[in-house]
Amino acid sequence: MRKVKSFSATRRAFLKSSGHLLIGFQLLPALVFDPKQTDIINNPVADAKVIDAWIRFDTAGILTVITGKMELGQGIKTALMQIAAEELDVAMKDVRIIIADTGQTQDERYTAGSGSIEGSGNSIRNAAAEARKYLLQLAAKELNAKVENLTVSNGIVKSTNSKTIAYKDLIKGKRLETEVTGKAPLKKPAEYKLIGKAIPRADITTMALARQHYIQDLRLPEMVHARILRPPVYNAKLEMLPKEEVSKLPGILKIVVNGNFAAVIARDEYQCVKAWNALKEKAQWQTSLISPLPKELYDTILKTGSAGETVEENASVDKNLSEAAFTHEAVYKRPYHMHGSIGPSCAIALWENEMLTVWSHSQGVYPLRKTISAMLEVPESKIHIIGIPGAGCYGHNGADDVAGDAALLAIEMPGRPVRVQWMREDEHKWEPYGSAMILHLKGGIDAKGKVNAWKTDIWSDTHSTRPGGNAGHLLAARDLEKPFSFKSGGFSGGSHRNSVPLYDFQAKKIVLHDFKGPLRSSALRSLGAYANIFALESFMDELAVKAGKDPVQFRLDHLKDERAKAVINMLVEKGGWRKGKARAGKVENFGEGFAFAQYKNNAAYFAVKAEVKIDPKEKTYRVTKLTGVIDTGQTINSDGVINQTSGGMIQAASWTMLEEVKYDQNGITSTSWETYPILRFEEVPDTEVFIIDHPDKEPLGAGEAAQGPTSAAIANAIFNATGSRLRELPLLPEKIDWEKIS
Amino acid sequence: MHRQLKKQASCVLPDIGFNRNDMAELIEIKVNGEKHRIEAEPDMPLLYLLRNNLELNGPKYGCGIERCGSCMVLLNGKAQPSCVIPGAAAAVYEVTTLEGLAKNGKPDLVQEAFIEEQAAQCGYCLNGMIMSAQALLAENKNPSDIEIRQALNRVLCRCGTHTRIIRAVKRAAAKMNV
Repeated sequence: MRKVKSFSATRRAFLKSSGHLLIGFQLLPALVFDPKQTDIINNPVADAKVIDAWIRFDTAGILTVITGKMELGQGIKTALMQIAAEELDVAMKDVRIIIADTGQTQDERYTAGSGSIEGSGNSIRNAAAEARKYLLQLAAKELNAKVENLTVSNGIVKSTNSKTIAYKDLIKGKRLETEVTGKAPLKKPAEYKLIGKAIPRADITTMALARQHYIQDLRLPEMVHARILRPPVYNAKLEMLPKEEVSKLPGILKIVVNGNFAAVIARDEYQCVKAWNALKEKAQWQTSLISPLPKELYDTILKTGSAGETVEENASVDKNLSEAAFTHEAVYKRPYHMHGSIGPSCAIALWENEMLTVWSHSQGVYPLRKTISAMLEVPESKIHIIGIPGAGCYGHNGADDVAGDAALLAIEMPGRPVRVQWMREDEHKWEPYGSAMILHLKGGIDAKGKVNAWKTDIWSDTHSTRPGGNAGHLLAARDLEKPFSFKSGGFSGGSHRNSVPLYDFQAKKIVLHDFKGPLRSSALRSLGAYANIFALESFMDELAVKAGKDPVQFRLDHLKDERAKAVINMLVEKGGWRKGKARAGKVENFGEGFAFAQYKNNAAYFAVKAEVKIDPKEKTYRVTKLTGVIDTGQTINSDGVINQTSGGMIQAASWTMLEEVKYDQNGITSTSWETYPILRFEEVPDTEVFIIDHPDKEPLGAGEAAQGPTSAAIANAIFNATGSRLRELPLLPEKIDWEKIS
Repeated sequence: MHRQLKKQASCVLPDIGFNRNDMAELIEIKVNGEKHRIEAEPDMPLLYLLRNNLELNGPKYGCGIERCGSCMVLLNGKAQPSCVIPGAAAAVYEVTTLEGLAKNGKPDLVQEAFIEEQAAQCGYCLNGMIMSAQALLAENKNPSDIEIRQALNRVLCRCGTHTRIIRAVKRAAAKMNV
């Protein structure tokens, strides 16, 4: 015990001596911080209804924004700081931000669904407006002036009588406990100085200079390293572990076995990796076989899917189909896709004085706290989860699971920070994939060449198994001696996202069939929208061609929404469309394809054009260019929107062209980048993104708009170039009928 | 200059028993212009030595089998992954990490170009991109689009930031040619 104490003293000294690092990293509760900084940091989480929950000023006039959302590489920190700085007229250099931390920020659930700007951004904007109103009232008294005669610049209030006072001198480090009414006047878009601008992200400088930024860079004094021996396949039972033998290896501190959960803890990381390899080599498992196998997967989905629930039905589809001039139907398939973070998941946990602290790159620190609490039977009040960025996750990857692993191991090693780093194969094999899906579409065209009926049948497994308080959703908890069971959510909104066409059709019917697939699945960027839009926008292209219409004009003919039409028209103007030459794919070895969607049918509008070049001799194709136009309502950070959209297009191109999780009866065989290839530089298309900004409209998230449309645009371009309709993802060149070309 | 690392000197954890490591050897290695003497297992990959013994953040663990480029460093100026080559074997080279590019905390031309282009999203691949670009530009001051793509092909980016990374390399080349 004595020595544990001395360890704690060492850590406190470390924390004291590196205060700045702490602020950046949000390491621990602030009890050991420099007292000058505690007025900002060392506060319990404030009531969400007051300004103090979102906005704080310190005595030096630094504005701290507080968000429950997580930085995932999407640049949310900069965008949220911009919103606050704009409303308060504070310079960006004087703004800081605290992200996702159960000790400091609001419970804003998950950072997901492109909802951070609409959710947290809105709260921060209203809190900032309320703060400004309150501060101007104080300033009016101090300066003996009327509020309407005050202006603010760089945090300094100035009256028409030329007297000035700084925010910091009005607040004097006090907290703003005023209620956010939502009625404080918001700045008019015409007065914006920061909103809409391409403000650079400060964290990119941190990354480029190799300063500590990622959870992987967090080194706590006397931290120990752990690796998890995951089973070779789902539901395997541990029969034998060479515990004795491996525990004799250098540096090994402990081998933990609890039911089917096994892990090794070592002093140094490489010693830990070696022990993990030794355990893996000799451990014996009783395995069960994965079924159905890939070749039977789609047939099994159709056979075992539920009878179906109607998502939308607005007129008699069958009657209209029977009256159509002609009908058409097609089936589209999407395999399991990986999130594929470049940095495998990582977490650090410390169990000390009956308190558990977990550093995690989870998308939801509060739901994670609830889940770990359920798993360990430790009250939530004794658990502190601190969000620190990891590599991009693109949805529910291994982040929560590894935090669960670390929490379990911290209990086994009291007083020491335990760092769990998943190996590459852990991430590839155990992350919950984007579900395989089947889409069966049927449509009718009337005598005027317009769609008179549209029917979609969707088959999908769940798109959300985030932990959300259910211990059984953590991998480790399912393997414990007293296991927690996993309960699937069943019928899921994520499955039918964007399945209802935005187009103005006389009759629409959408039916969702659930199935329980062989692989673990959960939320991957855009959830079901990716495959639903792939099918919907491929099918629109098919109908247009069958009706003898231009695919772009065919969409415009079925749209009433002016913003939808505007992104399409701008794409035609900026990206060029068919200019007479590629109409029937007759231009030598070239094709272009188009697609459009409004994400979730209520968020960002996005239109995209794909250009492909084919090589009939080599029987290959290349996507050479992707051009996108996006309308996210009010643009907060134009460079952020472009970066996210361009990245979304390239990631979607990779899913679409190459990706498929491979497995056999013994387990996942896509265990590395060799067996799960993603797009590399030599194949990556050029991208160009244009924004239609609506400063007067609500801001909308940008993160997921590109995923679905990009896939269909590529498929449509391949059809344009080759005459082959590829309906089963990934769109591998061998699926093209090359005989057709010659 | 030889420097005994404080982490190595104070690595004894008296309150928890662990087995002594008889396999450790003394490795002398020059990283970012500075000589270090490190006691480590001779088969330990350079990446672990850089990240854990020297506490450097630039090279990152990504795949461990030289397929993603997250761990890229310069060995005698050539961009190479550090996740497989043992630290002891790498000691024959002068090792440069991302930390070694900046001078007095000021970014070098390539880092500056990446910052100006905002060529990152999550940024986990940035190390591999900048180190590969650095090696390319040292040999070829005016690379074509194709040459840039070839030089960066070993490094994976999952966020899809490729377009602006290519722009950043071109910007860095332009800066060098001023």
